[in-house]
Amino acid sequence: MLEVEGLKLYYKTLKGHVKAVDDVSFDVNDGELLGLAGESGCGKSTLGNGLILLKPPMNYFGGMVQLDHTQLPIDDFERMNDFRFSKLSIIPQYAMDALNPTRKIGVYIREVLQSRGIDPESIMDKLLERLKFVNLPERVLKMYPIELSGGMKQRMVMVMSTLLNPSLLIADEVTSALDVSSQKAVCLMIKGFKDAGIVKSLIFITHDISVLYQIADRIMIMYAGKVAEIGKTQQIASNPVHPYTKMLMFSLPEVGIRYAHGILSGIPGQPPQLLNPPTGCLFKERCPLRGKECDEEPPVVNVEEGHIAYCWKVTQNA
Amino acid sequence: MLKATNLSKAYSVGSLGREKFYAVDNVNFEIQEREIVSLIGESGSGKTTIGKLILRLTKPTSGKIVFNDLDITMLKSLKEYYKHVQGIFQDPFSSYNPIFKVDRVFDMVREEFYPSESVNSWKEKVTGVIESIGLNPKEVLGKFPHQLSGGQLQRLLIARALLMETKFLVADEIISMLDASTRIDILNILVKLKERGLSVLFITHDLSLGYYISDKTVILYRGSIMEYGDTEKIFNNSAHPYTKMLLNSIPSLHQKWSNTDASLSGRSAPVGYCKFYDRCPLGDERCKNIELRKVEENHFAACKNV
Amino acid sequence: MSEIMFFAFRNAKLRMGLIIVLFFLLLGIFGPMISKYQDPLDYVGQGYQPPSKEHWLGTTTFGQDVFTQLVYGIRSSFFVGLVGGGIATIIGLVIGFLAGYEGGWLDELLMMLTNILLVIPTLALLIIVAAYLPYRGVFIQSIIIGLTAWPWTARAVRSQTLSLRTREFVNLARISGRSHMKIILYEVLPNMMSYVFMVFILQFGGAILAAVGLDFIGLGPSRGISIGLMLQNAVLWNAIQLGMWWWAIPPGLVITLVVGALYFMNVGLDEVFNPRLREM
Repeated sequence: MLEVEGLKLYYKTLKGHVKAVDDVSFDVNDGELLGLAGESGCGKSTLGNGLILLKPPMNYFGGMVQLDHTQLPIDDFERMNDFRFSKLSIIPQYAMDALNPTRKIGVYIREVLQSRGIDPESIMDKLLERLKFVNLPERVLKMYPIELSGGMKQRMVMVMSTLLNPSLLIADEVTSALDVSSQKAVCLMIKGFKDAGIVKSLIFITHDISVLYQIADRIMIMYAGKVAEIGKTQQIASNPVHPYTKMLMFSLPEVGIRYAHGILSGIPGQPPQLLNPPTGCLFKERCPLRGKECDEEPPVVNVEEGHIAYCWKVTQNA
Repeated sequence: MLKATNLSKAYSVGSLGREKFYAVDNVNFEIQEREIVSLIGESGSGKTTIGKLILRLTKPTSGKIVFNDLDITMLKSLKEYYKHVQGIFQDPFSSYNPIFKVDRVFDMVREEFYPSESVNSWKEKVTGVIESIGLNPKEVLGKFPHQLSGGQLQRLLIARALLMETKFLVADEIISMLDASTRIDILNILVKLKERGLSVLFITHDLSLGYYISDKTVILYRGSIMEYGDTEKIFNNSAHPYTKMLLNSIPSLHQKWSNTDASLSGRSAPVGYCKFYDRCPLGDERCKNIELRKVEENHFAACKNV
Repeated sequence: MSEIMFFAFRNAKLRMGLIIVLFFLLLGIFGPMISKYQDPLDYVGQGYQPPSKEHWLGTTTFGQDVFTQLVYGIRSSFFVGLVGGGIATIIGLVIGFLAGYEGGWLDELLMMLTNILLVIPTLALLIIVAAYLPYRGVFIQSIIIGLTAWPWTARAVRSQTLSLRTREFVNLARISGRSHMKIILYEVLPNMMSYVFMVFILQFGGAILAAVGLDFIGLGPSRGISIGLMLQNAVLWNAIQLGMWWWAIPPGLVITLVVGALYFMNVGLDEVFNPRLREM
């Protein structure tokens, strides 16, 4: 399981610090898929990458990350090598470009394993089994990446990043470039990694909440580098409490909703600058419920069992 | 108002360009006045090519496009046509020349279409139109493209189209790069414009967006139309296996995916077969030379089971 | 446009480059007037003289005044660079833009021409052309250089144009009814300004070097002096080995400074034209 406490990841720029992830706390239990949703610039990708690949201009500014009760030295790029790939792994956003174009895929996998001090032969059986798991024929190992379609390359990367059964797998916007039909297949496949016990916990990062509704056990909504709301999938879907989550979900069209039957409306305004952000709640500029207290840092409210929101206007359910 | 007949666009591929790849393959459709038609397809379906053909950014290999009795397929002088038919593209940041201020797209319209208009009265018009689509002119004019958000940039392009006598708008994935919370407002603007007499070809890969705003829907797969008709009928009584598969794959906030898998079958479609033959669960030897057939009033599908 | 000028003058790199280039340009224009001697080839004093009041940059082995040679040389080198580099840049731009933007058979034709010119050994061509000319001046030399140096510019500009042409703002200009000419001039070219300038710098330096090459094989100006000729003579008469630094160093330094300054201007211009870089 993963525990994150008060994590701060800022980008250093000439003008100052961009607070991409600011004081974020959450956890992911064993056997759980946590969906991480938010709009562009909300810090979701920074968070996902920061947990595994923290490097400048992204900088660590405090907080604690524990994986299976061991503290992760996420600010030490070298020491993280002991954890990367074996304990936690990522499927990057542009997985299609992650393979070395000059190497046959099998050779490349061998090289990667050897560079980690692992004997490739000892893992061959597992590799073939995993290929079957994602519906790839064995012969892809003898092919160059250019011979594979985008979807096949992505599945190949999925196999590689889970080869050592990491405890935590982070999937960063893996489906945003895909068509709906392949999106469904890939999502179910990733969920399958968890269900088959290949990985213990999963963080699935996306901008599309409806995808999370399909596969996630819990959902965390981020806004402007902070957590807005965390809850079980059903809680978020049927009872969103943070004004941002509410408005976001009411702005999503779905098959079944037509303009003629009722106009959806978006959220007016823009997210705030994360370079010198305003104090207090960062959503207040766009929030219809804004009050005086919103200029202060919003409190954590325990809405119900396992459902929290960072907002002044949310009350606890009795 | 706009009618495409047997429209095809082929590209040469292979060594020495001997093989032809049909990005758009014998497509027929018609768009009426005050109508929003969604053109829905996955990547590689040819939807963007159709948009470009209508805007005459590329010429068709065969077939024709007629706009209000004017065949524009091989038209030499397009200026008059562009006064009435305009487009907005997917990437708002690439739609503006990065080294100039955003105002320039408006100045360009004045220079090319209304050179007699004085700078001041044009400025007033621009301000008015920008206000009418819900932007504050002071916040957006005089800015460089990278200083504005994608949503603001796309709205400005809608404003640009409104400055002309636009009757037909090609909107090619115009909100796919925008954030969820600001997307819907742009769709609402399009519907309002439709109510004021504009026709829109709304190109998208997202079925829910198409369902939300359009009167008619065209489902495109690999350059061919699979299903075509009233939006309600296509979504609620879909006749083509491809449409059904798409509807099955959309993630919804209220219903979980059913377990029918959307995986790919390995076979390839022989020449003359339905384009969806390679993935269709119902594919057999009868899937040859299938044309659009009537399912019901204003609803057509290209499948043997219709 | 006024904004671009504003940022241009605020940019230190651009300012510095401009000052150096302007300094030498002025030296080339007015130098001959302040020099004590009118003819750079005249034997005006003793040979082997180090810099002195009489000879600001000393004299050559034969007693010619190095400063006079230098300012005349700067003048003719600037001339060759501007005219030769200018012609090559303009031809390269026109052909590159047309081939890249229009595509189709025009592209094929122009690129065929370009490739043919690329594989013909330029020096052989220059020798033949120069041998047929009864009289050779700096102007003719510049034109010959300009007419042979454009092909790689054309290819580079074409590939840049190809990538810019697929950008949406070009499509937007097309549906705004702009003519092809206007799109190339107002949409594509401004995005390539710093690139064009870099091309010009390289052509400028290339033209000067090509002139040196021609001077060396005896196809230079029938009479006159250039920086290339000076360098060549200095090397020929072992100026360095004989400790005559004042003969060898100044022309080399001038070329280095001028081309270096042009590069500085290029980097500065990139910042001016690209608003993203500007804000840093």
